[in-house]
Amino acid sequence: MAELTKADEPTDATPNVSDVEVADVHSEEEAVAALDAHVDRGEPILQVRNLVKHFPLTQGIVVKRQIGAVKAVDGISFDLYQGETLGIVGESGCGKSTVAKLLMNLERATAGEIFYKGQDITRLSGRALKAVRRNIQMIFQDPYTSLNPRMTVGDIIGEPFDIHPEAAPKGDRRRKVQELLDVVGLNPEYINRYPHQFSGGQRQRIGIARGLALNPEVIICDEPVSALDVSVQAQVINLMERLQNEFNLSYIFIAHDLSIVRHISDRVGVMYLGKMAEIGTDEQIYDHPTHPYTQALLSAVPVPDPDAREHRERIILTGDVPSPANPPSGCRFRTRCWKAQDRCAEEMPLLAVPERFKGSDSPAAHESACHFAEEKDVVHAA
Amino acid sequence: MSEKTIERPTTDEAALAKEIEAEEKAAARQASLLKDGWADLRKRPMFLVTAFVIVCLLALAIAPSLFTSRSPFSDGFCQLQNSMNGPSSGHLFGFDVQGCDIYTRTVYGTRNSIVVGVVTTIATTLIGGLLGMLAGLVGGWLDALLSRITEVFSALPLIIGGLLIMSIWRTGDVWSVSFIMAILGWPQVFRIMRGEVISNKYNDYVMAARALGAGSGRIAFRHILPNTLAPVIVITTMNLGVYIAAEAALSYLGIGIQYPNISWGLMISDAQDRFLTSPHALLFPAGALSLTVLAFIMLGDVVRDAFDPKMR
Amino acid sequence: MTIIDPTDAIPAPRSGDAEKTGPLLEVRDLHVEFQTREGLVKAVNGVNYSVDSGETLAVLGESGSGKSVTAQAIMGILDMPPARIPQGEILFHGRDMLKMSGEERRKLRGARIAMIFQDALSSLNPVLSVGYQLGEMFRVHQGLSRKEAKVKAIELMDRVKIPAAAARVNDYPHQFSGGMRQRIMIAMALALEPDLIIADEPTTALDVTVQAQVMDLLAELQREYQMGLILITHDLGVVADVADKIAVMYAGRIVETAPVHELYKRPAHPYTRGLLDSIPRLDQKGQDLYAIKGLPPNLLKVPSGCAFNPRCEKAQDICRTELPPLVPVTERDGTELPGRASACHFWKETIHG
Repeated sequence: MAELTKADEPTDATPNVSDVEVADVHSEEEAVAALDAHVDRGEPILQVRNLVKHFPLTQGIVVKRQIGAVKAVDGISFDLYQGETLGIVGESGCGKSTVAKLLMNLERATAGEIFYKGQDITRLSGRALKAVRRNIQMIFQDPYTSLNPRMTVGDIIGEPFDIHPEAAPKGDRRRKVQELLDVVGLNPEYINRYPHQFSGGQRQRIGIARGLALNPEVIICDEPVSALDVSVQAQVINLMERLQNEFNLSYIFIAHDLSIVRHISDRVGVMYLGKMAEIGTDEQIYDHPTHPYTQALLSAVPVPDPDAREHRERIILTGDVPSPANPPSGCRFRTRCWKAQDRCAEEMPLLAVPERFKGSDSPAAHESACHFAEEKDVVHAA
Repeated sequence: MSEKTIERPTTDEAALAKEIEAEEKAAARQASLLKDGWADLRKRPMFLVTAFVIVCLLALAIAPSLFTSRSPFSDGFCQLQNSMNGPSSGHLFGFDVQGCDIYTRTVYGTRNSIVVGVVTTIATTLIGGLLGMLAGLVGGWLDALLSRITEVFSALPLIIGGLLIMSIWRTGDVWSVSFIMAILGWPQVFRIMRGEVISNKYNDYVMAARALGAGSGRIAFRHILPNTLAPVIVITTMNLGVYIAAEAALSYLGIGIQYPNISWGLMISDAQDRFLTSPHALLFPAGALSLTVLAFIMLGDVVRDAFDPKMR
Repeated sequence: MTIIDPTDAIPAPRSGDAEKTGPLLEVRDLHVEFQTREGLVKAVNGVNYSVDSGETLAVLGESGSGKSVTAQAIMGILDMPPARIPQGEILFHGRDMLKMSGEERRKLRGARIAMIFQDALSSLNPVLSVGYQLGEMFRVHQGLSRKEAKVKAIELMDRVKIPAAAARVNDYPHQFSGGMRQRIMIAMALALEPDLIIADEPTTALDVTVQAQVMDLLAELQREYQMGLILITHDLGVVADVADKIAVMYAGRIVETAPVHELYKRPAHPYTRGLLDSIPRLDQKGQDLYAIKGLPPNLLKVPSGCAFNPRCEKAQDICRTELPPLVPVTERDGTELPGRASACHFWKETIHG
């Protein structure tokens, strides 16, 4: 696939990590921790710093008054390195899909920065934004609504070339589209068909081909397999893994299915109510979780092993996720947490390696936003 | 199936090529929703019947002289001595009060009815469609403004609106009647278009196009507009019949088409006083009107059945 | 409102049930087809299964497997037409429900057989308070007054552990969270203490922590009331957690039945094996996932022979021509394995390696 190698970087995308900006971020404790943890991997391709998205709640038809805000994403920081997959898990309403839209610049961030190769993309618009879009693409959840029903597969996959004519010379496009179809495992002769002639799994492959067309470096995957049948999920996951190796892609993989996230991710972040609760390698999160929410989440996952059901420890949380318009003070999880104490209501725990694990080699020494973080293996409790 | 696909480890599609090829035969016929609807339409007997009637009506409207040797505008067309004579050979529909041949007038009336229907439909679709699209796409204050304007226009009943405008501007030809009905009719198309645009605007495929960096023109014309067409086509077809009936109603009330133009509504109005003694003068134009309106409304009905995704 | 004969309305006592002649519910050779524009869709092609009181049968399958259609046929809520039941029997307490009158079936529905749907929000009427909707069961089936029905409704809400039930009884469905709505659906299903509950993907729309709460509640209530439970799902994890026995469906047929522990240890059908191998594990980082190749079947054009043959690695010529019957599965030495059956020509090779 040498033809798909990227053309020269757009000039305005040259790394210009403004020292001032980053220094600002450094003053934030969580950001320091986030940077410290991965010094060995070189420069991250994507750096997210204190990302905030509040959706205003307004009242009145003629004169709109803001009466509050849904704090969908409320200060999130993480890094993404070349060629890795960062999984983001959480329940509905935790803000993980909003993160995807913010990363794609489909929503404007209320505050915070997203650095792509050192350049803050949250304030970009016009030509500069379009240039960045070539490098960051997205795969959507619902293969039935993410493809325009009135366009042929060839038009859908070829649209990126229409929008970015510099990416492929005109005469070359049909061949490129067919090549992409082949790459995602579809018959290149399907080029003139319409989306409704395909099954869910095939449609998702079309969506992936469209995402790949501009040969991006980062792909944001928002629940890419959750609408698919079990037997088809594995096909799509394998395809995504193969493409990652082939094109050295970096994935942000957003999903609620913890098993799939573990399978595909190198690192995993757990979100709760607009905040990152815990972040670490897949082994750290799944085998050595230290945040009570992660532990409850993992213990609630039904495991396809009937023998486990007798002796597996279940942490059944009470109640529901509070409204993001009015989150609890201090730690957001405290209203459902069995460990909660007065301190949790008063003081917001920062995402950092907990004091007790600092300097330790233990896999439990990863960032966790809990005052009372302690390791508890709930997955292998047998 | 090319060899390339087989090489790929996850190209399980290769194994399924046969199955898919078989499906393809069924699928090839129905390439898109529009073509799908068209394929479905052709199979419906009701569509064939109404289409036949409409083709005949169109022929009448385009070339009335092919269907009658007389011309209603020629000298001596109306002979007062024939006033209210019933149907006879050579004058199948009989004569009206003025002694004019009703058959010829009915044939020539077709053109005005169809022209009013078509012109009004085109005008409402263009005005309502464009403004609806603008309101839906831009949103915000423009949407609020246009929606309020729409409410003002749709609050005016057709009859009152017609009276008002006719009293100011009383030419009473096809164009003025079409103009009135278009002014009062576009809000309906506006509302449908605006609703469709808004519901399509938040679809994932629009999001996907934005994520690719598509501009607003591309999103509007390539992604949103084509997906709003089916419901607009349906309402447009149905409205044709409705507008034809409305023209007749306005003309009947004396606020539509005026002499010397020919209109079925006008003919019905003229004949109503003498209905008991000579019903033919009313029945023939009324029958033509009913048939025409029915044909278009039925067409709208079958088109809706064929295009409405909820019906599939 | 119709007056209902009290003998019908009060559920029969479970012990010493006079009509009880076999399992609580038995489906025999059920066929369901749909007349569509594209042609005849054979959604269910000869399904057999049974559930006993206190037992949980999980019906496992992907979209288009016919698992939900079978359940709707049992409930008698299929739209007919376009649906048709050309043959089969659904025996409830030994009586064929398909031969009952519409009125008789209506009395069974809700009172003796209840159903829980996936989407609780659309299954509840948004303009009526949940207390009213819960009480409706008692008013219609038992002729209670509004006041008495409300007391019963609060009791039910307590039983499904909705906090502050008395205070929330007059709230409307949208004022409850997804998990709480599903609890209300469960409460509604339980209202008349039915003998059998059919739960169609009851937790699919819920978050994982809430899912665990709801599944636990359902299992607990089932034990308490000794109900039969048919759990329809595509989630192998949920099945492993609660089922006693499993029926795996594919293209409108049952391809394998087995007690839960047996199925996960030694699947006897390549489809089941493929499904088990294709789900990633939570407790370890696996290598490449096994993926069943190809697409789920198109019910308009079910492949001849075994419907799974185009996707099966074991498929031979016989699989393409001959439909494998659901046959009992035995040990190598012929020892019977109770409750096990497989519809595969090569079940021996599949289970015994």
